[in-house]
Amino acid sequence: MSMRTPLSQVRGLGSAREGTGHFWHQRLTGIANVPLTIFFVVLLIAMQGADHATAVAVIGSPVVAIFLILAILSVVYHMKLGMQIILEDYVSGELVKTICLMANIFFCTIVALASVFAILKISFGV
Amino acid sequence: MVQLTLPRNSTVKKGKVWDKPAGATNVREYKIYRWSPDDEENPALDTYYVDTDDCGPMVLDGLIYIKNKIDSTLTFRRSCREGVCGSCAMNIDGTNTLACTKGMDEVKGAIKIYPLPHMPVVKDLVPDMNRFYAQHRFIEPWLKTTSPTPEAEWLQSHEDRAKLDGLYECILCACCSTSCPSYWWNGDRYLGPAVLLQAYRWLTDSRDEATGERLDALEDPFRLYRCHTIMNCSQACPKGLNPAKAIAEIKKMMVERRM
Repeated sequence: MSMRTPLSQVRGLGSAREGTGHFWHQRLTGIANVPLTIFFVVLLIAMQGADHATAVAVIGSPVVAIFLILAILSVVYHMKLGMQIILEDYVSGELVKTICLMANIFFCTIVALASVFAILKISFGV
Repeated sequence: MVQLTLPRNSTVKKGKVWDKPAGATNVREYKIYRWSPDDEENPALDTYYVDTDDCGPMVLDGLIYIKNKIDSTLTFRRSCREGVCGSCAMNIDGTNTLACTKGMDEVKGAIKIYPLPHMPVVKDLVPDMNRFYAQHRFIEPWLKTTSPTPEAEWLQSHEDRAKLDGLYECILCACCSTSCPSYWWNGDRYLGPAVLLQAYRWLTDSRDEATGERLDALEDPFRLYRCHTIMNCSQACPKGLNPAKAIAEIKKMMVERRM
């Protein structure tokens, strides 16, 4: 049992002096995801039944490639921010929480990097 | 991880069924959470029957009837019995509210009463409010100024005074905070809707000179940003206030000062 006063417990380690950045970025990427997701879905529908060569040509074209990369970055960053909130909410053990938060960052970074690399590879045809 | 099931010694057992009042024609069934720190027993749900011809119409009237005439060991807080003091906040029929302003006729079937959720229980319907009050103390709910104190009062325009409507009426009953899942899971670090509504009451007060300092104290992923706009708070508030909106206003101020 802690003998610290309730006020001392509430004050804890003090303000982290951040949180608004996370809040703002989540809204920003949320709004960006609306047109980017629509673009992605339209692209999928448009390419339905296309052969490999056509798909490579479309994905490789500058405008499509740029918007696909934007979609990947925005969606994955949004995913990272959202998952972070869920982990902070529900995982209470400090060690497990830290490991989960690290895994979240690693996973999102790998997903984003691999996807962007794939698009660039198709785009530059290497 | 978050614990979703009750530990074995907290499982609510079937409690005692008390006799119906002799000679009563109109009775109302109450099922009330009972727990005492004085024995090793699990919590239990006791059943009482209230003679509605012999007491007032509110849920609190029934509780007072039970304490006076059936079981004097039933423990609960009450004071003003008219929705001003906030003492009799409890979970009635699944919603946190004030027993004194909740009519028995608003509840269908047995009136089930539990203490405010996710607070340590002192006894029966009495929760431990120490941390909640410390959180209120933490936001420094008083006017903070640096300018020389005026001869008379600090002046405030009618428009600025109107900004405090919907905020100053809060009676700190904690119905909202204890209805908030975020407060359940992270109440040790998240301040909760009641306290954040009070924080906003001072942030928006035109006479206060410590707005930036107050925002600094709230700039934290847990203290403020555990609010995920679940809105249970606004639904629960027995005074009809909107803590969710107050929290959204604080977040807006946070963004505004960075732009």
